[in-house]
Amino acid sequence: MLRTFRLAVGVLSAVAALVTTGAVAGESRVPKPAITIENPGKCVAPVEEMRRNHMDMLKHTRDKTMREGVRGMKTSLNGCIECHASKKTGSVLGSNENFCQSCHAYAAVKLDCWDCHQPKANYKATGTAPADHPGTAGAKP
Amino acid sequence: MSEHHINTEKDSGNGGASRRNFIGAVAAAGGLAAIAPGIHLVQVSQANTPPRPAGEAASKAVRWGMLIDTTKCASGCTDCVKACATENGINETVKDARQGSQWIRKIDIKEVKTGRTHSLPMLCQHCANPPCVDVCPTGASMKRADGIVLVDRHICIGCRYCMMACPYKARSFVHQPLTEQNPEVPRGQGCVESCTFCVHRVDKGQIPACVETCTKEGHNAMLFGDLNDPNSEISRRVAQVTTTQVRADLKLDLGVRYQGI
Repeated sequence: MLRTFRLAVGVLSAVAALVTTGAVAGESRVPKPAITIENPGKCVAPVEEMRRNHMDMLKHTRDKTMREGVRGMKTSLNGCIECHASKKTGSVLGSNENFCQSCHAYAAVKLDCWDCHQPKANYKATGTAPADHPGTAGAKP
Repeated sequence: MSEHHINTEKDSGNGGASRRNFIGAVAAAGGLAAIAPGIHLVQVSQANTPPRPAGEAASKAVRWGMLIDTTKCASGCTDCVKACATENGINETVKDARQGSQWIRKIDIKEVKTGRTHSLPMLCQHCANPPCVDVCPTGASMKRADGIVLVDRHICIGCRYCMMACPYKARSFVHQPLTEQNPEVPRGQGCVESCTFCVHRVDKGQIPACVETCTKEGHNAMLFGDLNDPNSEISRRVAQVTTTQVRADLKLDLGVRYQGI
């Protein structure tokens, strides 16, 4: 009787251990994004609102600034970059630890902003026109 | 630029240096230049306008314009082109030189009959009735309230219809991925782009980079300001001297005017 009880406990604990490890393995299959907030508490809106609405905020600002010429709005893409660029790399892109890329890689949402916008904070383009820049010589008008 | 002028392909060397020095010396001596008998022009340094307050849209009351004095623009001088490239991050090397972005370029023109030559920068003329805006199928090509003609890259599909419509060949298409943009001047593959009058600087109350450099280097061939403000230097100048709109026959009402052609 005692032996049977011991066996049952053993089997149960083994099953429990399996379940536990199974659950852990299940979590690691979908790694959560590693979000590092470099300057916490300074955002233009609460985290919940930013997570849900940042794209609408940016689109609204983009149209106001680009088409109407409104500057200095509360939300701006360059404002995001200045605060959220990684202190290590100075960028919001580069690896899944960088602010924009971490979430967008997790959510599998393509980022188009950076095809044209500069993802590095306080970046100063140092390059000058190449010697064969078409405007510098007597190119055909 | 009438049809009597032909455009000659001429490499911009350093041949105009002595002329530039002469003009610089004249401008420096006394700060008063005689344009024509009876007309004197006080050389005023181009004061920046106050920046537009945050949250305020560009105003219809303003019409930004540029006056280019071709008599002071030396053949071979490309300071404006270089300043533009630095300011706007036009620094990519292209495989085919014909694909390079030209927001501003220097051209040399010659009148066939008399042989008189001019050198001048050609850029987006910021028309009041821009053909590029007329033809754009998506509404990406647009004119801002203050007269600056821009491409909204967010909705540009890169069809290049505007490039064909522009009589001044002022627009370029970006053929390759870019990574070295200036944060204030987004540029990218697959979009058409052109001179923005340095809109990011103008909104801060500064003048375009080409004009700033031309003035700083002592050439004083370019002037930027509000054509609607009767007290601005550019308005006073266009009221005093004969200025030309290139291809005025098209009736596009240009924001850029040339003096001396």
